[in-house]
Amino acid sequence: MERIVLPGIPNLNQLEVYLSNGGFEAAKKAFSQTPDDVIDQVKKSGLRGRGGAAFLTGLKWSFMPKTTNLPKYLCINGDESEPGSFKDRQVFEDNPFQLIEGVIITCYAIGAKVAYLYIRGEYHKWIKLMQNAIDTAYELGYLGEKMKSKFGTDFSSDLYIHKGAGAYICGEESSLMNSIEGHRGYPRVKPPFPAQKGLWGCPTTINNVETIANVAPIISKGWEWFSKMGAAKHPGTLLYGISGHVNKPGVYEYPTGMLLTELIYDVAGGVPGNKKIKCVIPGGSSMPPLRGDKLEGVRMDAESLKEVGSAVGTAGIMVMDEDTNLLKVLIRIAHFYHHESCGQCTPCREGTGWMEKTLHRILEGHGTSKDLDLLISVANNIEGNTICALGDAAAWPVKFMIERFRDEFENYVKKDVTIPVPNKVHSMRQTAVPLADIQK
Amino acid sequence: MTFKLTEENLARIEKARKKYPTALAAVMDTVYIAQEQNGYISTEVMEEIANVLGIDKVNVLSVVTFYTMYHTKPMGKYHVQVCTNVSCMLRGSYEIWDRVKEKLDIDNMQVSADGKFSLEEVECMGACGYAPMIAINEDYYENLTKEKVEEILESLK
Repeated sequence: MERIVLPGIPNLNQLEVYLSNGGFEAAKKAFSQTPDDVIDQVKKSGLRGRGGAAFLTGLKWSFMPKTTNLPKYLCINGDESEPGSFKDRQVFEDNPFQLIEGVIITCYAIGAKVAYLYIRGEYHKWIKLMQNAIDTAYELGYLGEKMKSKFGTDFSSDLYIHKGAGAYICGEESSLMNSIEGHRGYPRVKPPFPAQKGLWGCPTTINNVETIANVAPIISKGWEWFSKMGAAKHPGTLLYGISGHVNKPGVYEYPTGMLLTELIYDVAGGVPGNKKIKCVIPGGSSMPPLRGDKLEGVRMDAESLKEVGSAVGTAGIMVMDEDTNLLKVLIRIAHFYHHESCGQCTPCREGTGWMEKTLHRILEGHGTSKDLDLLISVANNIEGNTICALGDAAAWPVKFMIERFRDEFENYVKKDVTIPVPNKVHSMRQTAVPLADIQK
Repeated sequence: MTFKLTEENLARIEKARKKYPTALAAVMDTVYIAQEQNGYISTEVMEEIANVLGIDKVNVLSVVTFYTMYHTKPMGKYHVQVCTNVSCMLRGSYEIWDRVKEKLDIDNMQVSADGKFSLEEVECMGACGYAPMIAINEDYYENLTKEKVEEILESLK
């Protein structure tokens, strides 16, 4: 089995080891070609973004304007704050130079002189590791002005780390740019898209860490090789982060299109106590959950998951066994989105709070069947009505969890409840009983 | 009380400033540096940051109050952060949370009387495969049990 991003070579995070394993050969090869050729190869490889939306990377690069007087920027998204995702830190730790090589090739392809690597603030340890790797790369001419003599080109690029400070929303690309600019992490209205108006109003491309880490191997080994791995429409490998009720949780690199059951039972060692699976969230907490009894034959790639009504997201697989209280899980998820909503758009700011409150009412035993419909209605009113995708991310778990596990949620609510109403007259407006009868 | 950044920290800020085409972009790095020096971000600290970077005070306030890792009140010497998000929750993080609360005798976002500990219930820290976890200041402690947490907290006393 071939691994692209985390090949498991000992000490690969040391530059000498990376170089002796063919490191920076891809950059040399790329710099001898035109930027358009590089973009073309990434396009043909079929590489799709690993940050959640699975957008075609080469196509995204080709949106960058060819003729402009403005500087161009590359942002690498290592915010990694989607619950269930913990893959990028493995790249920082085990293969930082392949990420750096990917950065300089991407900068060359899109014409960017400066790249910002956005890493979440909590990752102190990984920021230090990555900064050390960057410092080494500068010293030895793989970044900065020294690149010109090292590679014998007139191209050079700089890479800086921008440290986040604890905001989930900054993983959203336009919010990430606002954060780099020194503003609050408020998402921007699109269009204009970042390729037209990004950082400081200049053309900008934003890619996930894992996406960029795939670039160098595609250039050195060729797009044909990459396009033949894994699922045809979503080729390559994925860093599957498996967590929750499994015997061996962790990050595992396997080709795209793996059977979900194979990942859970063979790779992650199955469920403790041989319990049945009740629910699996396949791509981080915002992706629609799947029922445990409908996992047979489900494959982990963008197209297959779309067919079963979910999405690949960040490939952070959360497994929940038969004894899990899904109401409590959903409350925790709802709380997260309420806490992390940036507050710009009313549907998300208010809706996330009301969903959390309504779920709490159910937990306290005051819920009715109507509350379940109310939750779905609130979720539907958030979805699609916000500037960024956090609205959808907050709505989907609530909506799909209730729809797909309605049987379980019906058990949490009472069938028929009389809610005490202090103001009787007011409540009469809702009833068919004539007011005169009550007044007697 | 006025607050002044040290010469050493001013040099670090100058270095951060060079990463970006505008001074405003260096505000997040600068707030981190100031927080390291002062322990928390007071109004005086914000004024100093605005002066040093030559930006409006409101820009500093806006950033400080948006991001959860900046503190506007003093925190404990050891800031204990317990993740209770789904992956951790499935592996018993609420038991860890209760044990830590009991042990330190403080609640979310409170500081112990001696100023040694502060406690925060945090959102996903990106350690889902090694759950449950806590972070103390900048260090992650993963694959925890209630006993291990107790040992860790005791070692800090």
